[in-house]
Amino acid sequence: MCTVVPISLTVGANRIVPTVAIPHPLGNPALTKEEEKDIRRKLLNKALNALSTEVSEQTVFE
Amino acid sequence: MKLELGNIIIHDIQFGNVSKVEKGIIYINKNELGALLSEDENIKSVSFEIARPGERIRILPVKDVIEPRIKVSGRGGIFPGMIAKVDTVGSGRTNVLKGAAVVTAGKIVGFQEGIIDMSGPGAEYTPFSKLNNLVVICEPVPGLAQHAHEKAVRLAGLKAAAYLGNLGKDIDADEVEIFETPSLKEGILKYPELPRVAYVQMLQTQGLLHDTYVYGVDMKQSLTTILYPTELMDGAVVSGNCVSACDKNTTYHHLNNPVVRDLYAKHGKELNFTGVIITNENVYLADKERSSDWSAKLAELLGVDGVIISQEGFGNPDTDLIMNCKKIEAKGIKTVIITDEYAGRDGASQSLADADASADAVVTGGNANMLIKLPPMEKVIGHIEAADVIAGGFDGSLKSDGSIEVELQVITGATNELGFNRLSAR
Amino acid sequence: MEKLRAVHYINQFFAQIGGEEKADHKPEAREGFVGPGMAFNAEFSGKAEIVGTVICGDSYFNENLEMATKEVLAMIKSFKPDLVIAGPAFNAGRYGMACGTVASAVKKELGIPAITGMYIENPGADSFKKEVYIIETKNSAAGMRDAVKAMVPFALKLAAGEKIGASAEEGYIPNGIRVNFFEKKRGSERAVEMLLAKLSGKPFTTEFPMPDFDRVEPNPAVKDVSKATIALVTSGGIVPKGNPDHIESSSASKYGKYDIDGIFDLTDATYETAHGGYDPVYANQDADRVLPVDILREFEKEGKIGKLHRYYYTTTGNGTAVASAKAFAEKIGKELAADGVDAVILTST
Repeated sequence: MCTVVPISLTVGANRIVPTVAIPHPLGNPALTKEEEKDIRRKLLNKALNALSTEVSEQTVFE
Repeated sequence: MKLELGNIIIHDIQFGNVSKVEKGIIYINKNELGALLSEDENIKSVSFEIARPGERIRILPVKDVIEPRIKVSGRGGIFPGMIAKVDTVGSGRTNVLKGAAVVTAGKIVGFQEGIIDMSGPGAEYTPFSKLNNLVVICEPVPGLAQHAHEKAVRLAGLKAAAYLGNLGKDIDADEVEIFETPSLKEGILKYPELPRVAYVQMLQTQGLLHDTYVYGVDMKQSLTTILYPTELMDGAVVSGNCVSACDKNTTYHHLNNPVVRDLYAKHGKELNFTGVIITNENVYLADKERSSDWSAKLAELLGVDGVIISQEGFGNPDTDLIMNCKKIEAKGIKTVIITDEYAGRDGASQSLADADASADAVVTGGNANMLIKLPPMEKVIGHIEAADVIAGGFDGSLKSDGSIEVELQVITGATNELGFNRLSAR
Repeated sequence: MEKLRAVHYINQFFAQIGGEEKADHKPEAREGFVGPGMAFNAEFSGKAEIVGTVICGDSYFNENLEMATKEVLAMIKSFKPDLVIAGPAFNAGRYGMACGTVASAVKKELGIPAITGMYIENPGADSFKKEVYIIETKNSAAGMRDAVKAMVPFALKLAAGEKIGASAEEGYIPNGIRVNFFEKKRGSERAVEMLLAKLSGKPFTTEFPMPDFDRVEPNPAVKDVSKATIALVTSGGIVPKGNPDHIESSSASKYGKYDIDGIFDLTDATYETAHGGYDPVYANQDADRVLPVDILREFEKEGKIGKLHRYYYTTTGNGTAVASAKAFAEKIGKELAADGVDAVILTST
């Protein structure tokens, strides 16, 4: 899970989930705590989906 | 836009009863300057030290280094939008106290940068060991939040530099340099045969101790835009970043941007230096795409044949660097990029975090992971124990005899990506 | 200082035995110098002396690699050398492969300093530049004098155990190990000159060729994530408050392994970031923004995942060398596999 997807692609990660921002990939200090948790849930659901998906090459799960 | 720089050569700084510049020596009334800086209610107290070339002095943790300058004529004042009122700078006449600098030091958050050794092996790696430095150490009011603390120290440094610069307003310069950039139309008419070149300057804009300001504006809020090169010489761009020390551009670097100088040196002779495109390095991927899209678009709009792109920082900004390079090359515009490297202590790891085949012309400022042994110094201005935690330091960096074993990363300006130094790697 | 004993390896052509028709010449040892060895010997100026020359035909060598290497090595060893010079091979491909093979075998198996010389496009250069120092030469024997002048001082330096500088300083073909040195001109000036060359179609040499990164095969998908044990790993530097193991803020030399058994939320009282490469304020306020323990505990409770592994692993990505990261991952991966972890969520900043 990372913000700078091009780097993850360059270094060879196979399952990539784009995140919010560099200093807070799974959060957003501009929002309330509950809104942040929601973002975190959504991103982690994507991550679980990525782990459960067969891939044959580098794949970004937007 | 045309700017005259009048260099007043300085070879010493001393404390005295009256602040003035006389026969190449800056005299500073500590109390007067201290009172001025203490006007900021976030600052509890200020202290000053002097560090001269060759002295056995170590300064850490260093935030910014600033050159004292003053506008003698022409619009605006030095550091517009920060210290001086907002106005367009870069024309008329500016005096420079050449050979002197203000260095801000003191702890803000955990990972402070950097180290300046005035003598010994460490001195070889920083240009600031060759200057007469006034070190400004600010004590914040208790409980001050980190962002406010950083701002207070930043402004104190700029104010101190402006105060010193002002002492040179009516002094005769030892040498005068002239820099002139015509408008695009005038430039094409004047130099129809010369290749048109622009300088794309990337600015670090990633938050606390990682920010840069342009005419007072936090550059992370700005879209990529254009400056006359001489605006940089009057402090249009000011540093708010210092982590890691080796490849952050201090305000001194901005004022003395070497790419600007070396392009001017060939302007009208081998190339037509059209202007400076400044762009940022943000923490959101969409911003990186947007900013680099704009760099390429502006370069194309300016109708240039080639650009030099300088980076600031490393890691995720390597993506900004490669995006700028790729997109500009895709427009048929030739690029040379200036970067530095993090190839590991043995020099065997990949130096950049991102890459592209179109980045085929690279100038490097050296491997920042190289280990260096800094001997103990007679005097330390600041907090010696910071050596263990600053970026490039590690648990055990500071030895019991006061010597420091660290990576080059910790030395302010060591692997500068504006190409300020002669250090490189192969 | 005692005179160093040097051995020179050359092919049938430089030994003046013959051309292509003699490329099958079997390995042969001779006393003293042969052919270009004379120039090397003279250049050594008494500091070293070529005590023996080993000759082998390029075809014989390349077609009988293992055997020829053994034979040549034995002959070289018999002269008891302090240093070995192979070639230079200029642009001759088979000769380049032979020189590269001999020099690196001498270095690895005999532990004796060895160098060779080649033109940059010689296929032997790419194959061996990482194994052994290859001094860059012109593309034909017309460059012999320059090659000797460059190879001799470098060989003496190597034999003396002196520190070897950057490729641009010493004249060897860049071998992927980056070494710092001071140029005559500052970087901005070099950049302007490089751009002018590029704009006018003149040749230029990049100071840093773009790096290669390896690739790995994707693992098969997790069959049933609701039964899986998921582990958290991060390069965002999240550590227990106080950074008890002093993980560096940049260029990490280690990683941390921390127990989050019974922990359902990371707070500003219990966790912080050690990473010096991003604005730390937000991670320090709430480390779940980088290491999402709170939500994974929720998922555990809801049955979305089988279990959150009780340990998480952390290091600082900032300025950390690829080789270091690789080494950490190998260790971490082994432990995770041994602990029966099914999948990893790796977060980075």
